Amino acid sequence: MKKSLANYRPGECAQIVGVAEHAMGAKLIEMGFYPGKHVKVLFRAPFNGPFAIDAGGAVLSLREDEASLIETIDC
Amino acid sequence: MCTKIALVGSPNTAKTSLFNLLTGMNQQVGNFPGVTVEKHWGKFNLPDGRVAELLDLPGAYSLNAYSEEEKIVSDILHDRNHEDFPELVVVTVDVTNIERNLVILTQISDLNIPVIGVLTMNDMLAGKPIDTNEMSKAFNGIPFLKINGRTGEGKKALIDFISACQIKPVEAFISFPLKKNLNLAEARRDAEARKSDIVRRLTEVPSFVRESRDTFTTKVDKILVHPIFGYGIFALVLFLIFQFMFVISAIPMDWIDSIFLNFSQYLQGKLPEGIFTDLLTQGIVPGVGGVLVFVPQIAILFFFIGVLEETGYMTRVVFIMDRLVRPFGLNGRSVVPLVSSAACAIPAILSTRVIGNPKERLITILVSPLISCSARIPVFVLLIYLVIPNTYVYGFIGVQGMVLFALYALGVIGALLVAMVMNKFIRSTEKSFLLLELPEYRWPRWKNILLHLKEKVQAFVFDAGKIILAISIVLWALAAFPKINDAAVEQGKTQIEESYLGQAGKSISPVFAPLGYDWKMTVSLLTSFAAREVFVGTMATLYSAGENFEEDESLLTRMREDINLQTGKPAYSLASGLSLMVFYVFAMQCMATFAAVKRETKSWKWPIIQVLYMGFMAYTLALLTFNLFS
Repeated sequence: MKKSLANYRPGECAQIVGVAEHAMGAKLIEMGFYPGKHVKVLFRAPFNGPFAIDAGGAVLSLREDEASLIETIDC
Repeated sequence: MCTKIALVGSPNTAKTSLFNLLTGMNQQVGNFPGVTVEKHWGKFNLPDGRVAELLDLPGAYSLNAYSEEEKIVSDILHDRNHEDFPELVVVTVDVTNIERNLVILTQISDLNIPVIGVLTMNDMLAGKPIDTNEMSKAFNGIPFLKINGRTGEGKKALIDFISACQIKPVEAFISFPLKKNLNLAEARRDAEARKSDIVRRLTEVPSFVRESRDTFTTKVDKILVHPIFGYGIFALVLFLIFQFMFVISAIPMDWIDSIFLNFSQYLQGKLPEGIFTDLLTQGIVPGVGGVLVFVPQIAILFFFIGVLEETGYMTRVVFIMDRLVRPFGLNGRSVVPLVSSAACAIPAILSTRVIGNPKERLITILVSPLISCSARIPVFVLLIYLVIPNTYVYGFIGVQGMVLFALYALGVIGALLVAMVMNKFIRSTEKSFLLLELPEYRWPRWKNILLHLKEKVQAFVFDAGKIILAISIVLWALAAFPKINDAAVEQGKTQIEESYLGQAGKSISPVFAPLGYDWKMTVSLLTSFAAREVFVGTMATLYSAGENFEEDESLLTRMREDINLQTGKPAYSLASGLSLMVFYVFAMQCMATFAAVKRETKSWKWPIIQVLYMGFMAYTLALLTFNLFS
């Protein structure tokens, strides 16, 4: 089932399948959220703050609305 | 050839370290035209005696520009006629983030610009080192070198390479042409194609082993972004910075004050009496002192911010604060500047460069002088002594202390509300986004911090300093001329009262009468533009009393006994006193802040808007206060 990265909880792994049509699309891909990539949610900031995502070595933080642009499947 | 070189790289790739390593002290700083992004360039010698010019381009992940910084890099590299177009580009590639850092390298190569990759952070890899020849082979023959930014290892090899300048054409990585301003779909196509190409090529590098994150960082993060400990530790860090800016900096600030005061008195004694001597001893010398007095606080704040940025902790601050400050149109990085403006707005404003988004940076600059700074304390204390009774509620809560606290709270609330309003009204071409890297923790590189600190202090002293000096000379002239005549002295009048400034204060005092102010208060409001604490000095002069009101009661007594000639009531009542305090909370009476904002926004527009909006708030809220309490 297709989900967005914003649906995942800390500790869960996701496989990227695509990035939504959005001004940030290319940026997200370049930063490491490209199709086929496996990423893991490490932790979240308090009060529904940003996600910290392990994208293969580097850890990136994304706001919820940024994470929701990234289409994923479970892995 | 190869003497015009540009340095390109993503943030956090030791690009600044490499720039410092190559150019040493031989560097300059300016601004890219039309934007507030700093431009750093420098020179270094090649072994054959030629001099190479090195331009340190702002941090960029890609030529698909998303931020102001990336747009500058993209504009220069896409335009062969640009004055900054390089003959050779050196790209720093952090090996712990190699996939991401190679994007811009292959893009630049595809523009047919000679490029060399410099692998950095090699000591952060636990496994075996990456082989530069294997990298070169996998990436169409682009040369790769290794550099250690701390020890300088690899510097000679890089300089030798630049000197030899043996550049071979490189086959394109992505076949469809890269051009400026790709549309959304094209940019995505480029990003996807490039990314999968890089991932595939990296599999051809046998020495490349993907590392997992170090366990130290993982453990520390558990504490530093913890819902309780995370905020607790950040509060402690802020407290420490605040203590240093407020308490420790007072020591060198007092030295600077007394050195300039003594020097001024020394000159007064040595030089013949006259306008020139007065200009020197009352205008120029105190003006220069008034610039240098801010240096300790600026240095302290930049030292701390440097450590926070260098260790990687600042990104965690942004991470935990983002959700909390976003409703106000602020950025997680706004928090340190805003808190430090409770000591002084000037270092705070200079430090807003760390806020990447131009709109969030501007809002932080515009609201930080609303946070009550240390210069307001003498004004508040004098007025509280005058109009607030020294009594206690429930036997232990001092009313005077409560009023002081309320004034601080008023400033903070004002700053947040104004930020919210500005967030609605200021248009921005750049959408706010977080997408931020949380790097591994590392020991700060002190040399980078100190170089940056020195640059900031210099920029303030020589850039904003000019404006501050000019305004202080003008203010001195307005208060010193015309000279008071003997007849006026006999009537008990003072120089300030007879001066242009005094006359101006008197003639505009009807404007301030609805706020409960007499002409003396109005004159003091005008002189306070030099700095808020000047209010006390002006009052002391106008009432011919000692300035040190905590020891010498004469000023308090005379102000208390003074009668407002218009109303026939005491000039300092509860209503007029509170009204003045509220005015000082909101009004931007500080020429140094004005100069700092001019420097940081690169325009006269924003400092003028700031003076006007804060003046408007001060006037209306003081008017409201006066009417509520009278």
